[in-house]
Amino acid sequence: MGGSILGNRVVRKEDPKFLTTGGKYVDDLFDEPLLAGALHVTYVRSTVAHGQIISIDTSTAKDMDGVVAVFTAESLGLELMPAGLNKSAKRAFLARDKVRYVGEPLAAIVATSRTAGEDAAETVVVDYNVLPAVVDVREAAESTVHLFEEVGSNIVFDSMNLGAPDNSGPEFFDGCEVVVRETIVNQRVAPCPMEVRGSAVAWVDGRLHQWLSTQHAQGAHSSLCRTFGYEPANVRVIAPDVGGGFGAKIGLYGEELLLSVMSQQLGRPLIWRESRSESMVALGHGRAQVQEIAIGGSRDGRVHAYQLKVLQDCGGWVDSAAFLAPFMTRPMSQGVYDIDRIECRTLSIVTNTTPVVPYRGAGRPEATAAIERAMDLFAAEIGMDPVDVRSKNLIQPFNEPYQTKMGQTYDVGNYIESLNRVTVAAKYSELRAEQAKRRAAGDTVQLGIGVSVYVEITGGGGTGDTAKIEVLENGRAKVYTGTSPHGQGHDTAWSMLASDQTGIPMDRIEVIHGDTDLVPKGGGTFGSRSLQQGGAAVHVAAVELVDIARGLAATLLEANEDDIVLDKENGAFHVAGSPSVNKTWADLAVAKKSEGGLVHAIDFRVDGATFPFGAHVAVVEVDTETGKVRHIAHTTCDDAGTVLNPLLRDGQIHGGVAQGSAQALLEEVLYDPDGNPTTSNLADYAMISAAEVPSVTIVMMETPTFMNPLGAKGIGESGSIGATPAVQSAVCDALLHLGVRHVDMPATPERVWRAIHTAKSGVGQ
Amino acid sequence: MSQMIKVAITVNGQHTTAMVEPRTLLVQYLRDNLNLTATNVGCDTSSCGACTVHLNGEAVKSCTILAVQADGENVTTVEGLANGNEMHPMQQAFMANHGLQCGYCTPGMVMAAISLVKDIPNPTEEDVRIGLEGNLCRCTGYHNIVQSVLAYAEGK
Ligand code: FES
Ligand code: FES
Repeated sequence: MGGSILGNRVVRKEDPKFLTTGGKYVDDLFDEPLLAGALHVTYVRSTVAHGQIISIDTSTAKDMDGVVAVFTAESLGLELMPAGLNKSAKRAFLARDKVRYVGEPLAAIVATSRTAGEDAAETVVVDYNVLPAVVDVREAAESTVHLFEEVGSNIVFDSMNLGAPDNSGPEFFDGCEVVVRETIVNQRVAPCPMEVRGSAVAWVDGRLHQWLSTQHAQGAHSSLCRTFGYEPANVRVIAPDVGGGFGAKIGLYGEELLLSVMSQQLGRPLIWRESRSESMVALGHGRAQVQEIAIGGSRDGRVHAYQLKVLQDCGGWVDSAAFLAPFMTRPMSQGVYDIDRIECRTLSIVTNTTPVVPYRGAGRPEATAAIERAMDLFAAEIGMDPVDVRSKNLIQPFNEPYQTKMGQTYDVGNYIESLNRVTVAAKYSELRAEQAKRRAAGDTVQLGIGVSVYVEITGGGGTGDTAKIEVLENGRAKVYTGTSPHGQGHDTAWSMLASDQTGIPMDRIEVIHGDTDLVPKGGGTFGSRSLQQGGAAVHVAAVELVDIARGLAATLLEANEDDIVLDKENGAFHVAGSPSVNKTWADLAVAKKSEGGLVHAIDFRVDGATFPFGAHVAVVEVDTETGKVRHIAHTTCDDAGTVLNPLLRDGQIHGGVAQGSAQALLEEVLYDPDGNPTTSNLADYAMISAAEVPSVTIVMMETPTFMNPLGAKGIGESGSIGATPAVQSAVCDALLHLGVRHVDMPATPERVWRAIHTAKSGVGQ
Repeated sequence: MSQMIKVAITVNGQHTTAMVEPRTLLVQYLRDNLNLTATNVGCDTSSCGACTVHLNGEAVKSCTILAVQADGENVTTVEGLANGNEMHPMQQAFMANHGLQCGYCTPGMVMAAISLVKDIPNPTEEDVRIGLEGNLCRCTGYHNIVQSVLAYAEGK
């Protein structure tokens, strides 16, 4: 008998399809019969950042060739609806009365072709009373111009409301020999999944079918029912292949929700797909925090107090970011450190920009960036190596739950070990020697070494997931999962889990997801939750299915259940010692036929989140004459507990590191002072390419969690959480000897060049 | 309505023909007229490379040329690479090296990669990275795409 397949590098079974015929994304549903004759929807979007709507003239559009209907908030009867976190803030899915960011949808054109819709959209004339735009989050906090007048402020949520004590006074740092303060920017970035948003709808006999490029089909199903009062049984949501999400496709957007309403009115199927330029202003953005950090400690390297104040830019709606700052950034603000006094206050603030939503890490990269930057600033101030300062302040290794000052219960952790492993693998001391050489020689191109140590929360908020395994009469199996993969490889991973227990070969297992008719209940894929909850559910379902099958085999073989063994090699049950008389999976499925088949479904529960951790070392070269930064090497040691398939684990790390490097060095969504986006397509937005990121060296470390039977923690976001501060820190490190303390992200040539010259001239230091 | 023009393009070895609007892009012709939907559209500024196909054996972004410009020419898409059930060695290399995740950039990436190795038969990592600069991927961080291309070049 062979060993378990778990833990092996298994190539993906879903790949041949993607490589030969391509995936089937929302835009590829030409052969879906329910969508025959579908009309195309184009949204008309606001071209001003802040303004009262005086009128929307759609008369020309209505008369154009190919136009079937034009809808506005008024014609659809859309009401203003309150935000979850602040009920005084209200808006409708199509703007009424007011627009609050460029790109906000105002009207919808339904036409016989996409081009006809686009042509018509251009003829819609909107008359605005343009209001001053509030673009900068710091100004927004103080401004008397309010996006939502009823709120009476642009601050829509303050974490002080959660009952935390006010520690903003100077006595917080009593007893500290050194206190360092800095205001740092965790800039706004665009998630940029390669597939933009798209959706198609068809009503058939009073039942809605909606295809969506989403990370959470079941969540979309609930949103539709909640919003429009549809009977749950009358709604089916299908996620076909999804070309990336990165958090921005978790929640449902107004453009997606409205399709069902318009389709119902017209009695025709509809299809909508945004352009990339629309996507850059209308798909939610990520990050967007200004952070005021203060860190105090003694000259021996011990940190005693750390204070963080976050101004979270929510954009033009009280979207998820308003929630992420107090409930993701704040709880994780302590990071991996044992600090006597720690305080974090977050203010969620609306501005006249695209709403901000989760983006790979969603609140945790921001928390990590803040404390890691603080550690570096402190290290620089006392003249100590950043690795040494970290080592001195790390929480000691623990196997029992660890209670943090921020109210989190970390499951298991060995931060020092991950830091040790990564610095050894990255040849940290040799790098420092090389750096010293270049500094001494006054080289134009300087070396920078950045270190980060992080802990993050994964599977937070989720409580488990569903799994169902059905064995067919031909001995094949179907696995139904509540997760919603869009690149993560669940077809392969869940097949491995089911095969490991049942012995049914992976290629005879089909994984089904993202169709609410087939999987009514499910948690979706985000927050690095899938393996520890959805995968664990598949594992437990498989274990229990084998038990059920063993009982059935015992009955059929007229034997004692305890004597029955499963021969995984042959997928057959028999009495121990007599393999020739057996019952295969197919036999058992046939025997169960009249009783609804051989199928087992579970709703697997977990007690809470897990807290994966790790450490990164980034190496950059900075040309001190041009300010150009090259990220030349990156080493990570990410501990996500027991690893199911290292191939998939590595892929997740690689992708996250590139997104982290992108934020540190290249990408930033920008607006002019009037709130006009200046990075609204992929020519203007500096999305990272293959030429700008190095290969990644991955160091293994597996500390299993006890929170689920697989011992698995999340891995999907570790790359972006660990890499972003490491790369930024490397840039600052390269310039430390030139008197530069801090360079905000992204470290563009101009910004780096300015930092060097400002330091040289002594301004601002 | 603008006048329709007849085009005849050999796609994946098959003769195809259709009446198209003059503004029809090659990628639209492939996707909308031929239902060859593996070739994707990821942008509207010729920046992403998701639409990369071969025109007479050379990689082109099929959103940058009109269908009428490809009239009478030979086009290959990722659907035309495999030999029956056997994937093209570049497709195999992508599978073996986990060079894809969500798969959206993949058809264009594979086509660009084949062209790259044709031009530079023994590429260095640097060559591959620079050669694929015009093909964006948000999932893989490019690491395994680069590995796939290098493995293919080595195994040829
Ligand atoms: S679709 Fe982006 S380059 Fe062609
Ligand atoms: S695999 Fe998803 S964009 Fe490349």
